[in-house]
This record gives sequence, structure tokens and C-alpha cells, in this order.
Amino acid sequence: MDKDINIKVKIWRQNGPKEKGHFETFPLGNISQGSSFLEMLDILNEKLINEGKEPVVFDHDCREGICGMCSLYINGHPHGPDGGITTCQLHMRSFNDGDTITVEPWRSAGFPIIKDLMVDRTAFDKIIQAGGYVSVNTGSSIDANAIPIPRDDAEMAMDAAACIGCGACVAACKNGSAMLFVSAKVSQLALLPQGRVEATRRAKSMVAKMDELGFGNCTNTGACEVECPKNISISNIARLNREFLKAKFKD
Amino acid sequence: MNKFDAKIPKGPLADKWTSYKNNQKLVNPANKRRLDIIVVGTGLAGASAAASLGELGFKVHNFCIQDSPRRAHSIAAQGGINAAKNYTNDGDSVYRLFYDTIKGGDYRAREANVYRLAEVSNSIIDQCVAQGVPFAREYGGLLDNRSFGGSQVSRTFYARGQTGQQLLLGAYSALSRAVHNKQVELYTRYEMVDLVIIDGRARGIIARNLVTGKLERFSAHAVVIATGGYGNTFFLSTNAMTSNGSAAWQCYKKGAYFANPCMAQIHPTCIPVHGEFQSKLTLMSESLRNDGRIWVPKKLEDAQAIREGKLKPTDLKEEDRDYYLERRYPAFGNLVPRDVASRAAKERCDAGYGVGTTGLAVYLDFADAIERLGKDVVEARYGNLFQMYEKIVDDNPYTTPMMIYPAIHYTMGGIWVDYELMTNIPGLFAIGEANFSDHGANRLGASALMQGLADGYFVLPYTIQNYLADQINVPRFKTDAPEFAQAEKEINDRIERLMNIKGKHSVDYIHKQLGHVMWDFVGMGRDAEGLRQAIEKLKEVKKDFWTNLRIPGNKETLNVELEKALRLADFIEIGELMAHDALDREESCGGHFRLEHQTPEGEAMRHDDQFAYVSCWEYQGEEKAPVMYKEPLEYEFIVRQQRNYKS
Repeated sequence: MDKDINIKVKIWRQNGPKEKGHFETFPLGNISQGSSFLEMLDILNEKLINEGKEPVVFDHDCREGICGMCSLYINGHPHGPDGGITTCQLHMRSFNDGDTITVEPWRSAGFPIIKDLMVDRTAFDKIIQAGGYVSVNTGSSIDANAIPIPRDDAEMAMDAAACIGCGACVAACKNGSAMLFVSAKVSQLALLPQGRVEATRRAKSMVAKMDELGFGNCTNTGACEVECPKNISISNIARLNREFLKAKFKD
Repeated sequence: MNKFDAKIPKGPLADKWTSYKNNQKLVNPANKRRLDIIVVGTGLAGASAAASLGELGFKVHNFCIQDSPRRAHSIAAQGGINAAKNYTNDGDSVYRLFYDTIKGGDYRAREANVYRLAEVSNSIIDQCVAQGVPFAREYGGLLDNRSFGGSQVSRTFYARGQTGQQLLLGAYSALSRAVHNKQVELYTRYEMVDLVIIDGRARGIIARNLVTGKLERFSAHAVVIATGGYGNTFFLSTNAMTSNGSAAWQCYKKGAYFANPCMAQIHPTCIPVHGEFQSKLTLMSESLRNDGRIWVPKKLEDAQAIREGKLKPTDLKEEDRDYYLERRYPAFGNLVPRDVASRAAKERCDAGYGVGTTGLAVYLDFADAIERLGKDVVEARYGNLFQMYEKIVDDNPYTTPMMIYPAIHYTMGGIWVDYELMTNIPGLFAIGEANFSDHGANRLGASALMQGLADGYFVLPYTIQNYLADQINVPRFKTDAPEFAQAEKEINDRIERLMNIKGKHSVDYIHKQLGHVMWDFVGMGRDAEGLRQAIEKLKEVKKDFWTNLRIPGNKETLNVELEKALRLADFIEIGELMAHDALDREESCGGHFRLEHQTPEGEAMRHDDQFAYVSCWEYQGEEKAPVMYKEPLEYEFIVRQQRNYKS
């Protein structure tokens, strides 16, 4: 059964991208374990506003685990200690009375801090813009059933397509690599006949963009897969590497 | 009466769109390069429109408030998208999809618009597959379908429980390609704060850069509003936290008509409210009603024992359960439209049969489905939804029935548009949920995705050219025109005023008050007395807001509380207009249920002789009552009937 608990939250505060940051600790009493983690932060912010202080800035939007807007590095884990969920789906029942919870932003060269816990993830958009699509204009496409696609291929493509672009993989990686994110999109499209045509070109241009934007290399530690809220598999990285090598051989 | 013209093409229903396209004006490629279009919003409608217009050669400026276009709330749509492909050979057709949509909307939508929607639905599926959207497939490699509320055929295409995500990522990928090709310029973390009108035409916007807090000016030959609905007026809804009605409201205040504001959809299957600290409600997809059975205890004493925790739902025998939808609506059963299902749940709970600790919940039970299909099949179909439920409620829906209750989900009302999706302000267009056009008084499941993408991919890219063809000699604008300066000054003054209240309440505190008034009096069941009370109470909320609000920090910096305050100021006024419209419409239709107007069986009772119109509200100025015009809904092709889901 859910109870009310007393906790302390130790939160990273930073006024702007170039300012020096620091931790600030806030005690919070009578937090229902039935409330979500972000609702706990709402309660904290309500308290801060009532005390005339500036609330903690953090990204969030859909609060049902699909938009990818929420981030937060909680007690050393992207999206917190519970597996297979985003921060907005994390509930206070994962914590105990008396806990001190440490909350930090994503920390990576590719994601500069904007304020407090909010980071800039436009690098992900730039990587997709470099080639994460099928080059087809709006217009008269062929009938949707004209090309049968084996169910297993479609399912595998869907597994990869489930990526929400939150950046947990980068935050989890000691190298700050975006390989899991890039490979998910490359895989999804490489597995489908519609995307197959441009598969090698896509892999090459997306990887080049990722390198250019300051993300690190992949050393197969697998931390990204463990922390991914959508359980995107690192086998996608293997598929990306194959596509990338093929592209390089062709050069 | 004829203050505005909906510009419906003449001729037989099935020929209208073709004949429009054959006769409309187009813009040649060289001229397209010289024309700028602002698209506000990057959801299904906004992203698909921005990408398609960019591909055509227009110079597009696309704005969103999130950090990336991929976050727009279309992403959260779960169940699917309708199309009249008839791949399942179960009798579907363009006409039937049109008919179901008109009937589902309780005969309060335009025939011509809805027919066009059904007509382009098939192209959407083709387009999405071409983009690499991984729809669910059969073992033979062809696309799978499932059924949704309000129809007797299976015409819903889906990608697990994440159809909105996959369709939005498809549109986002097309948009990203257009950005790469320099056809679209993206502005993320920007919020439109006013519309700029020059010589009666929409010519630009003022937007606030949410990172720097600075106001910036943008000009264009046309402005497209694709900013979704205003469901968050209720504070608790299934909308995302930043979903808001402000862009639409700014257009209204600049003279655009706001149509059918009272028509809001209450979705029957959401996770029930659990506490005062709750920030939003989570939807459980309508697709669950394909296999889940909805029930409450048949006996009052059992319901009470369950509420007190003395009895478990699984203890109740079959004969002690009331499958009230199957009982009341044998032909459609658990798959009645959303408004009908929501009201039926409310009726049972109000009568004392509700479950959960609050008594405001009903069961959605999968025990039969698990027995019939096996747990694996149920898991394959709904696994992610079950997981989502378990994380929130801490209960396993494979073994205990889910608890659900209705919640605000979608707004059918919105900015008035004609057949070309243009508002009454020349050059101002509205697409997707932001407009009022296609769903009448109630939207059918899996039709929002269809409408958003229809507008963005296949309708607006045509109709906007009919307007822009006359604008080819208009050179690009500078933003130093006095109209831009004036609009910027007004919004700056408004921000100053908000920052200077320096009261004692947070934005959320007041937003919750607004939500309570709206849910209690402008919610699922409305009556004249309650609506009048709501109007009085909303005046108090407004006064409280403008005298007691506290916004910490400064205006020219990242300030989330200020962003929320600007939106809430508009939500309060939207709430007032909703209440006025609901009071004015003395009938029940679709999502708008007036307690005074129901059949003896408790079904919605329309009054077609008096209310077969779109109510179009025109802003008259601060503290002045708005004026309402009526766009008559003359049906040429369909005979209105009492909606019947019983037989």
C-alpha cells in the first residue's frame, strides 16, 4: 500500500549555460507514494513559489512516457532507478521514508545545460535532419499494401522506432555517445523496403553529423541499453555498424 | 446571417473536392519561392503542413514550444488512424466512413468537409507507409486493422499502442528532410504570443523566445495555426502539460470567429483521479474496448463493499455484474462512441454503483479476453498500455480488472474555418484540432490523427494556394511596420501587468480552481442553472488571477511560471466562452449534454429545428459580451436521425 513519506531532494541548480552550478537540498514532508516523481517536483516548486523563491526548471510535457521531453538523472540513473520507464512514469513508491534523492540534468558535451535541469537537445534534431528519413515527397504514393513486408521485419522496425529521443542513452554513456539513438533510426528504416534504398547513405550522413556535434564513440559498454526507457536493443548498433561499413567499402 | 461564406463547392457530394481542385488557383514554382508561410505548431497537422508546403517550394517558418518538433502532443495518441481502405472486406467505403463520422458527430459537422476527410483518408495510409511508418502487419505481410468506437467495420490502422507516435515521427522525418533542404526554418522553444494583422490580412506573428524571454517579430504572406485544442482549460485532462489554447485565443481576439467552443470530448477510458496533487490524467486507449468489457456491480451493497476494500472485483459472480454498455446498447456494446460511453459511466457512478476508493470509477475487464485469446495475444495487443497502467496504479490488469473513469480529452470546437480551412481573417488558416471543422459535436476514435494529417498533407497544400495566388505581387515584409510595433507593445504591457501583480498564489493554484469550476459545471452534464453559476464563479477566478497571482523571476529570461500565466489568462477566458456557448445551446448533442434535454432513456436529445448550426463567436472587446453568428448546417445528402447504437 502507498504511504506518505518524508524525503530530501538534492537538486542541481544552474542559472545559465555558462554559469557555475551547485547542489541545493530541500526537505519535503508527507509526499504520497502514489504521486509521480514529477508531481513531487510540482509540490516542491509550489512550496518554493509560496516562499518567494524561483522554482526548479525541468523539462516535461506529456507525462505519460511518450513525448521524450522529461529527462533527469536520478540517484545516478537516467530516468531513475526503475527500469523501462521515463522519469514522468516514475512513482514515489520507488523511494523510502528518509531517503535523500539526488537529481541532476543530463550531463554530456552534446547537451549543454540551459537552466537547472533543462538541457538543449537540438543536436538530436540535427542528426535526424542529416538523413533520418525516407526521401519521399507528399503526394501520390503507391498503395500501402503494394509491398508486403514480413511481419517479423515490421515488428523489428517497430521495436527500433519506439525510440522517444529523450537522450537517456547519451546521459548513461561514459563516452557521451549517441549511437543507440542513431542506430534506432537507421535500423528502423533499413529493415523496411521503403527505407532500404537509402540505407547506406543514411548511416553515413547521420554518423558524420553525430561526430561533428561532439558526441563520443561507442565502446560497447551497453549502459545505454540498460537505461533506455523504451528498451531499445544494442543489436541496432551492430546493424548500424554493418550499414556504415558497407557505405565505407563503396567509397 | 450571411456574414460569412463557407465556400462549399457546388455539385454532388462525391465530386466537390475534385471539382474544387480542378478549378482552384495555383501558384507557379518561381512565385512559390517568393512567398513566406508561418506554421505555428509541429503536431500531426503542423508538421505535415510545414513539410508539404516546404516541398512545394514555399518558404516556411515553423514554430513549436517544445525543445523539438517531435514532442508535440499528437505523439501520445495511442489507438490508431481510420481510413476507408476496406482491406478487411467488411463493407467499408468512403461513404460509410463519411456517414459514421457525421453520425458520430451527432449531425453537427459540415457534410462537404467530412466527405473530403473520408476521401483523402486512404492517401494518408499510403503516404505514411512510404515514409517508413511501421504499421502492424499480418503474417502475409499486409496491413492489419482493428475496430474502434462508433463503427461496425474494422478500418483502424495501428502501430501497437503508439500510433500517434509513429505517425508524428513520420511527419517529423518529412519535416526534418525539408529543414535539411532549406525549405523550412525551425524555431523551437518559441511561443506565439500574438497575431499581426495588416490591412485586414494575417501578415505575421509575435513570438516569445522561451529561452531568452525576448519578444521577436516574424512576417509572412499567410499564417497557419496548428496548435491543437484547449482541453487544459479543465486543468486535469489527457493533454500534455504545455498544451494550450492561447494561439487560437489570440486569433479570436484579433477577430477570428471561435466556433462551437462548448464542444469538448470526454474520453471514457482514463485512469481515475487519485489525489489533489495530481497533475494530469492518463488515457487508456479506446482500442482496449475491442477486448475489454466494462462493468460495475449489479448490487449497491457489493459496490459499497468494494469501495471499502471488503470485497474484490474478482470475487463477484458473473450474475452479480452489470455490463451496462452491453445491456443498454446491444448492437455496439462496449464499442459505442465516446460521449455515450462516458455518460453511461457517469450515470452508473452517480447512481451509487461506482468502484475504487472514490466511487468514481468503473471496471474494464480483460478476464474473458484472456480466456478466449490467451494472455500472450492480449499482451501483444495491449502490453504497453497494461504496463503503463501498472506503473501508475500499482495493480496488475492481467489479474485484476482495470479501473477507469472519463476525462477531458479533445476539443471539437475551435477556430472557425471555411472549406479552404481559412478563417474569416484573410490569410489566417487553422488546421487539425485547432479548427472546429470535421467532428461536429463528438469525435470518433482514431479520427483525430486522420484529420490532422488530412489537413496538413492533402488539404491545406491545395487550398492555401487559392489564397496565395493573389499575393504573388506582394513583396516580403519587413517587421518594422507600425502594426508589428503595436502588437509587440500590447503583449509587452500584458507581461508587465502580470509580473507586477506580485500576489500570493502560484499559477497552478489558480488553474486548479478554474479546473474545478469547469469540471463541476461545464463538464459531462450541464444545465442552465449550473452554467449561470459557472459564469459567476469564473469571474471570481479571473479576479483572483489578476489580483493574487505571483510570478517569481524576471520577464526577459527563461521563466516557466510566466509562460504558464500567459496561457492561464487565456484559459480562464476560454472557459467563460465555453460556458456561454453551452448555456446558449439548449439541446444535447454529442459531447455537449444538457440535463434538461434528454430522452426518457437518458440519451442526448437534439433539437434540429432550432440548433442545426455552428455557433460562431466574435470578440467585441474586454468586458463586452461576445456576439454569436450562426452558420446553418443544411444537410443536402443525409437525413438527420436520433443516433441509435442499440440495434
